[in-house]
Amino acid sequence: MNQSVGIVSAQHATFDQPLVFKSGAVLPRYDLVYETYGTLNADKSNAILICHALSGHHHVAGYYAGDESNVGWWDNMVGPGKPIDTDKFFVVGLNNLGGCHGSTGPSSLDPLTGKPYGASFPVVTVEDWVASQARLADLLGIVQFAAVLGGSLGGMQAMQWALSYPERVRHVLAIASAPHLTAQNIAFNDVARSAILTDPDFHNGDFYLHGVVPTRGLRLARMLGHITYLSDDAMADKFGRELRTGKLNFNYDIEFQIESYLRYQGDKFAAYFDANTYLLMTKALDYFDPARDLDGNLNRAFAAARAKFLVVSFTTDWRFSPQRSREIVHALLHNKRDVSYAEITSAHGHDSFLMDDEQYFAVMRNYLDSVAREFGA
Amino acid sequence: MNTSIIESRPDFAAIAAWIPQGSSVLDLGCGDGSLLRYLRETREVRGYGVEINDQNIAACIANNVNVIQNDLDSGLADFENASFDYVILSQTLQATRHTEALMKEIVRVGREGIISFPNFGHWKNRLQVMLGNMPVSKELPYQWYDTPNVHLCTLDDFEILCAHLGIRILGRHVMSEGHNIQMMPNLRGSTAVYRFRRNT
Repeated sequence: MNQSVGIVSAQHATFDQPLVFKSGAVLPRYDLVYETYGTLNADKSNAILICHALSGHHHVAGYYAGDESNVGWWDNMVGPGKPIDTDKFFVVGLNNLGGCHGSTGPSSLDPLTGKPYGASFPVVTVEDWVASQARLADLLGIVQFAAVLGGSLGGMQAMQWALSYPERVRHVLAIASAPHLTAQNIAFNDVARSAILTDPDFHNGDFYLHGVVPTRGLRLARMLGHITYLSDDAMADKFGRELRTGKLNFNYDIEFQIESYLRYQGDKFAAYFDANTYLLMTKALDYFDPARDLDGNLNRAFAAARAKFLVVSFTTDWRFSPQRSREIVHALLHNKRDVSYAEITSAHGHDSFLMDDEQYFAVMRNYLDSVAREFGA
Repeated sequence: MNTSIIESRPDFAAIAAWIPQGSSVLDLGCGDGSLLRYLRETREVRGYGVEINDQNIAACIANNVNVIQNDLDSGLADFENASFDYVILSQTLQATRHTEALMKEIVRVGREGIISFPNFGHWKNRLQVMLGNMPVSKELPYQWYDTPNVHLCTLDDFEILCAHLGIRILGRHVMSEGHNIQMMPNLRGSTAVYRFRRNT
C-alpha cells in the first residue's frame, strides 16, 4: 500500500498572455513549474490540483533521479494506493507564481531589465494564483478538476477555485484553512515580515544585486512561524525543558533543545527560501477574504460556489483553528451546498495537515474514493 | 438498493415512511449515515448528518453522505431557522445531556421533527425494575454503569415534555419486535417514533 510514485521530474510551462493582477499590475510573461503523477483519463475527468501552502512547491510526491532523498512534501498522502491515489487520479502540483522553486518570482530575471524582479515583483493574491493555475489547467487540457485541494494557504486557493471558476471544479477539499485570517494571525505575519524588512541585508527587496541574502530576517520569520505551527503540547512532548548539555550555562548560547530545534529550522529555511517570496506568501494570506467586498458576509461570498466540499480541521491547530473551518462550513450550509466537515483529534497543531494520522487519512481516502466513483474509477 | 438497513432498524422504516420525496433532512446522531443514504437512494432526499464519533464520520463519508462533525449537546448553531423540512433524531434522545434544549433546537431548525427512542415504560423494563434491577434489553443493551443513556423516558414522559415546550405531536408510531402497537402503547411498545412541530 505504502508505495511511492517513484521517480518524477519537474516540467516548465511558459505563458505569453499577460496576467493582470488584482492590484492592477501586469506580468507580460511568466513561467510555472509543475509536476504530474498518474494518468489523465480519456475524458479528462480525473484531475486533481494540489495547491501548496506558504513554503510548499510543485514537488508534492515521489523523488528525483539521482536524488532519492528529495522526497515530495506530501508523499505520505499522494501515491499509488494512498489517500490521493495516483492509480485513480491525475495529480497536478505546481509552484505558485511569486515562488522560489522555479516559477516566475521575485528572484527571477525580469526580461525588461535583465535583473531580478526583486521589490518590483507584483504583490500576488490568492485570486491571482487561481487565475494562473486555470491557465495551467487549460494547457493540460483540463476543463474541470475532479478536485482542487490544499492545506492552510493551499485550502484558501482551493476555496477560491470554487468562487472564481465554479464550473471548473467538482470538489474542494479545504484542510486546516480559514475564510480569512484573524487579526492575531495577521499580527504573526507582520512580525515575520518585519524581521525580513528590517534585515540590513534586505536592501528593500533588491538584495540580489548586492550579492547578499537577508538570512537573519528569514531565519527569525521561520522560527516564529514554526512556533505557531506547533501546539503547546506537541512542543512540550518533543522538547520539554530539556537542556542540550544537561546543565545551565548562564549565557545566551543555545541551551534548551527547543532553541536548538528552532534555530536549526530557521537556518535550514533561510538557506533555500527567498525572502521576497516569503513576504508575498504572507501578504496573500493576509489579503485573502472572499467576503471583503460583500460587507464581510461570507454567506454571500459562497453563493457562487457549485462544488461539493470537504472541510477538515485539527483540534490543536490554533493558527487555523477548527472555529475558522466551521465558519466555512456555516457559509456552505447557508447556501445548501454539499459539505462534510471532519474535526481531527491531533496533537500536532497546524502542522497536523502534513502528518500521518489514521482518522485524517481515512476521511481523505473515503472522500476521494467517492470522488473517483463519479468517473468510474 | 440498500434495503437491509430498514430490516435491521424498524424505526428507520417508520421514519422513512413519513418523509416525502425530495425533502431536506438533518439527521442528528446519524451514525454511519445509513438512514441518510437510504433516504437519498429511495426518496432523493437532500440532507446532512451530525455526528461526533470519528469512525462514523469516516463511514458517512464512505457512504457519500454529507456529515458535520459536532457534538449535539453544543447545539445546532451551524443551522439556520427552518432550514430543513425534517430534523431526525433516531435512538439518540436518551443519550443527550441537554435534552430539553435540543428539542427546542430541533423545532427551530426543522419545519418538523422526527424522533425515535426506546420506551422505558415498556412492560419488560418495568418488570426488571420491579424485580429489583435496572433494565437490560435489545433496545437498552447497556449495564447501568456503562450506559451512554442519561435521559431515558416513557412515551407519557415524552408527550409531557412536548406539551411543556409548546410542541404539537403530529404522528406517533409505536412498535415492539417490529410489530405496530395500538393498544396500551406506553406499556406494550418497546420503541416509539414521533413526528412533531412547534405550535405556532
